Amino acid sequence: MSARLVRRDHLAAWLFLVPVIASMLVVAVWPLGRTFFFAFTDAFLDDPSVYSMVGIDNLIEVFNDHTWWLAVRNTLTFTVISVAIETALGLAIALLINEAIPGRGLARAAILVPWAIPVVVSTKIWEWMLNDQFGVINKLLEALGFIDHGVAWTASGSLIMGVVIFIDVWMTTPFMVLLILAGLQMISQEIFEAAEVDGIPAWKRFWSITLPMLRPAIGVAVLFRTLDALRMFDLSYVLAASNEKVMTVSIYARDRLISFQELGVGSAASTWVFLLVALVAIIIIGALRLDRAAGH
Amino acid sequence: MASVSMESVSKSFGTHSVIHDVDLKIDDGEFVVFVGPSGCGKSTLLRIVAGLISASSGTVKIGGDDVTDVPASKRGVAFVFQSYALYPHMTVARNIGFALETMGIRRDAIAQKVQQVARMLKVDHLLNRRPRELSGGQRQRVAIGRALVRQPEIFLFDEPLSNLDADLRMEMRMEIAKLHDDLKTTMIYVTHDQSEAMTLADRIVVLNHGRIEQIGTPSELYRQPGNRFVAGFIGSPRMNFLAVETPAAHDDEHIVGPGGLAIGRSPSDSIPVAEIGIRPEALRLVPTGTGRLDCMLERVEDLGHEHFAYCRVGSGTLWVVRLPAAPNTDTIGKPAALTFDDHSLFFFAADGRRLLPSAEPLGVRSALS
Repeated sequence: MSARLVRRDHLAAWLFLVPVIASMLVVAVWPLGRTFFFAFTDAFLDDPSVYSMVGIDNLIEVFNDHTWWLAVRNTLTFTVISVAIETALGLAIALLINEAIPGRGLARAAILVPWAIPVVVSTKIWEWMLNDQFGVINKLLEALGFIDHGVAWTASGSLIMGVVIFIDVWMTTPFMVLLILAGLQMISQEIFEAAEVDGIPAWKRFWSITLPMLRPAIGVAVLFRTLDALRMFDLSYVLAASNEKVMTVSIYARDRLISFQELGVGSAASTWVFLLVALVAIIIIGALRLDRAAGH
Repeated sequence: MASVSMESVSKSFGTHSVIHDVDLKIDDGEFVVFVGPSGCGKSTLLRIVAGLISASSGTVKIGGDDVTDVPASKRGVAFVFQSYALYPHMTVARNIGFALETMGIRRDAIAQKVQQVARMLKVDHLLNRRPRELSGGQRQRVAIGRALVRQPEIFLFDEPLSNLDADLRMEMRMEIAKLHDDLKTTMIYVTHDQSEAMTLADRIVVLNHGRIEQIGTPSELYRQPGNRFVAGFIGSPRMNFLAVETPAAHDDEHIVGPGGLAIGRSPSDSIPVAEIGIRPEALRLVPTGTGRLDCMLERVEDLGHEHFAYCRVGSGTLWVVRLPAAPNTDTIGKPAALTFDDHSLFFFAADGRRLLPSAEPLGVRSALS
């Protein structure tokens, strides 16, 4: 190719990139940059134009806040347990509806329903179903004789984290199923047939063929879900507002920023959230070697 | 090693019937090729033998034992797929040895067997590679190695060479033939390529629309096809056909056709001949007026060692004639004539049955439905 053609190709490439770069600047780089900037100021939300630079004082304040570490612990507990359950359930359901069972099409469509309902709606539905006096769950358990009086699922400090995890599992397992099912369907059926003819028992077919070949799909699903879970806000907030038992890092940052009007400290908290999510993402991508798995 | 037999095996998927009442006996150590056009049910039949598909009705026996309800994993057969179906995340060595891992064989014994098989198939230098790092031919060798290492009773091949280029296909064909000579294991091989069937098979099973059209050795099928389908399927280039008429017998000329064709005898008095067939190598191209059939020489293909003339017979039919030498280029596009010996003609009834000059039609396709 002549130098002129190369130049023209480069120009075309840049032209195609301009819309993406422009929108990224507006919706990602600018807000993120503003947040980072305010993290180093003592600004308040009522008038962000009045501020002075305070260095890393805000970051240190958040770091030394007991509530922040409570929120970190809640977030990590929620993330690890919910993603683990969702992955296991998602894999099991995906394997099941990948089989040629009757009503498979209907099952595949029906499984998406919880995923399609807005989080706020799902949470409110479950909150009512779990209500200690009027909830259908308590009625059912009472009728079956498991309990003699209604359990305060969402009021009891020891139960509420379990409830949050349960609702999240109910809502987002379909997402896991869908991603893992897509991965399953990428595997050639003949590979399983080959293993079958070779006399490989079912458990070994699953362990040595299905699971390793699903690794990229499961990895991507776990990554997506983990990043989602780490910045979870709506579910906990709708169910328990700022209850410290289920306060996530996002709720903490929101409280500092909006409730307490501390733009500087709130931005610092947001920066910590960003760093936390980035760190976990890097660890997962490294551990699952997703970058390499994707390239095969 | 084992024999295979199928007794009135049928298979349908829902209301769609793909195999109709197949009876077949394959002897121990035999190399049998299922051949037929795509969609004829040959792969389905092979999968029924493997146990990957269950028969809707009928009995499958391997080594005399009824295996109709035995799962694929317990049938002691090995299957080589067209797509090779190698495990992409395993090395070549593990691909070959994987089946042995669950058989309670010690690690070093597995490694030794894998090494031995790999050496035999000339892939021993690739043992640490992954399938994606291999060429098509190498993948096929690994797939065969994976079958070989288990020392199966029966080898099943499902179009194993279709994804290879022509040179490699020829080479692998030789190797599979040699493998059968060495192992003397029963092999069933599916292909749509009649030349693969002709070169490999002890016996060929020709399938069409889920039915067996004819079973026989390659030379039997070539010389004595039982019906028009087999006559047209076996042989390359394919047999030439021509629709003819059998007028009421009032003189010596019993069969007449386009281009002045007149054949002085009919194989059967009761069943009229609807079509004649003749192979390209049985025809000779001669100047107009000296042959038995007038035609138009439209085109000549020069393959170096042989030449094919394409002759328009009558209004629509194009015949292929094999020529020993290139004809004079002046003759192309001009009328010519063809001649042949009566004994190289094949006669077919309107339903496709072959009519034998002796009188009785061949009984292969007795019940046409």
